[in-house]
Amino acid sequence: MNLVIGAFTIGLILSLLSLGMLISFRMIRFTDITVDGSLTLGAAITAVLIAAGWSPLLATMVAFVAGMLAGSVTGLLYTRFKIQEILSGILVMTALYSVNLRIMGRSNVPLLDTATVSLPLQHLLSQMTDGERYILLFGWQVPVVDMAAFLSSLLLCAVFAWMLSRFLQTHFGTVLRATGNNVQMVRAQGINNNMMVVFSLALSNGLVALSGALLAQYQGFADVQMGIGMMVWGLASIIIGEALVGKSGIGIAIAGTIFGTILFRLLIAIALRWGLNPNDLKLVTALFVFLALVAPRWFKFVHVKINKKSKHA
Amino acid sequence: MLEIKGLIKTFFPHTINEVKALRDIDLTIQEGSFTAIIGTNGSGKSTLLNAIAGTFIPDSGSILLAGQPITFWPEFQRAKLIGRVFQNPFAGTAAEMTIAENIVMAMRRGLSHPLSKAVTSKARAEIKERVSVLKMGLEDRLDNPIGTLSGGQRQALTLLMATWLKPKILLLDEHTAALDPKSAAKVAELTKYIVDKEKLTAMMVTHSMQQAVDLPDRIVMMHKGKIVADYQKEHKQRVRIPDLLATFDRVQKKELFDESVATLLREQYV
Repeated sequence: MNLVIGAFTIGLILSLLSLGMLISFRMIRFTDITVDGSLTLGAAITAVLIAAGWSPLLATMVAFVAGMLAGSVTGLLYTRFKIQEILSGILVMTALYSVNLRIMGRSNVPLLDTATVSLPLQHLLSQMTDGERYILLFGWQVPVVDMAAFLSSLLLCAVFAWMLSRFLQTHFGTVLRATGNNVQMVRAQGINNNMMVVFSLALSNGLVALSGALLAQYQGFADVQMGIGMMVWGLASIIIGEALVGKSGIGIAIAGTIFGTILFRLLIAIALRWGLNPNDLKLVTALFVFLALVAPRWFKFVHVKINKKSKHA
Repeated sequence: MLEIKGLIKTFFPHTINEVKALRDIDLTIQEGSFTAIIGTNGSGKSTLLNAIAGTFIPDSGSILLAGQPITFWPEFQRAKLIGRVFQNPFAGTAAEMTIAENIVMAMRRGLSHPLSKAVTSKARAEIKERVSVLKMGLEDRLDNPIGTLSGGQRQALTLLMATWLKPKILLLDEHTAALDPKSAAKVAELTKYIVDKEKLTAMMVTHSMQQAVDLPDRIVMMHKGKIVADYQKEHKQRVRIPDLLATFDRVQKKELFDESVATLLREQYV
């Protein structure tokens, strides 16, 4: 049960990463690799600030803003300096590696026995259970700490998902979605499409950094390597979500992305339990994304072939 | 309304691909007039429209629209003043978004896009009312993605969107050329209806001689980046297709055209 709660918690935290990538990859169709750097950026800033005695909530907010800055830099490299989108992301990601090391001062900042954003909820749960260290959930004993982390991630994820879905249905959000759909049309409606791209990337990487901030607090450390491969991870989650519920409508896309992220995390947890070598994890993830991208085309191909055969027969 | 002076644009200058697309164009469009621009492929008609819309900045010359010097304005800024319909029926709408969402953006063309709900019930009612004018039954499909519509339907919606807020000038770039004959006729009829009803100033690039004679009240003929003929007012009333062809022939005799171009013209227009 603890394994499942843990997987759910990490899944919910990483949902913010996937939601951020939903904006860049799916809404404005920008292949943004900044993600690998901005996730670590969020984690690094939060870890250092919390270790320095800041309130966890404030530290998390600073991480969000820093992520937005990183995303804007990528956006400006692309729009203002006309650098290819992938290269813009790679440049910022590479630069962020040094920035993150500078922020942390070393490659790993532990966060043991420090406050986290789930602390208020933890106190509340303790009060409700009269100071018990375990809560009974469906007959399992779950540590109050884990339960608080799970509930606060759920709360944060729900709040951000709701805000995002509301935002995307505003005038501004509608224009944002159209920017990825048809740039020519958007310009003809008098919209500065470059500004929209910069803003979208800022919002996207803000969410990613937020995810990194929460992840660092949950796992109790920030590491300069923790962002590597996260872009592919988020992409895999989005693809699973789309396979689960489709992509018609904003609410559905957002819900699908969250489900996809949690399911992917559960699958990974199970695979690791069954003896998958953690070193192979990124290889497996990359293979999965490859298959998810190729499979639909391959199915279509087979389908056409079968149709042809049946016609000839 | 629109004043173009000495407009020059050369693409790929100083290379073997150099194209002198616009050579010193002077053109004044009166308020409330409907002008057709005809000419061969590569004569610069679409380039002229794109220069007005701001797709590129001209090498020299000036464009004055509704008293505003827009020569160096970026494309998106000009959209405040300009409504556009493109040749490609897929270019004017966002395919994966619904009819309502597309129109909501056009309802605020050139205005700010605030953080308030876009498709409200009030907006929906207004959209329903104006879309029903098209008589395509689209008012009952407002929540369908535009990508599910036919090219003709999409082009009709694009036209509606371009004129939702009255533009200072409406630019139509061969907007019926990619449609089947029936849809093309329908969109042409709709164009005439909207332009007359809203008393719009419009410019239309067309390859259809019939359209050039039927719809507008002025015909401008272009060749190799220059204006070679201009029929206005009572002249335009008397113009028939053979007259236009005769003009093409005359231009050819002046050796502005070579033989191949004249043949091409006949194939295209007759």
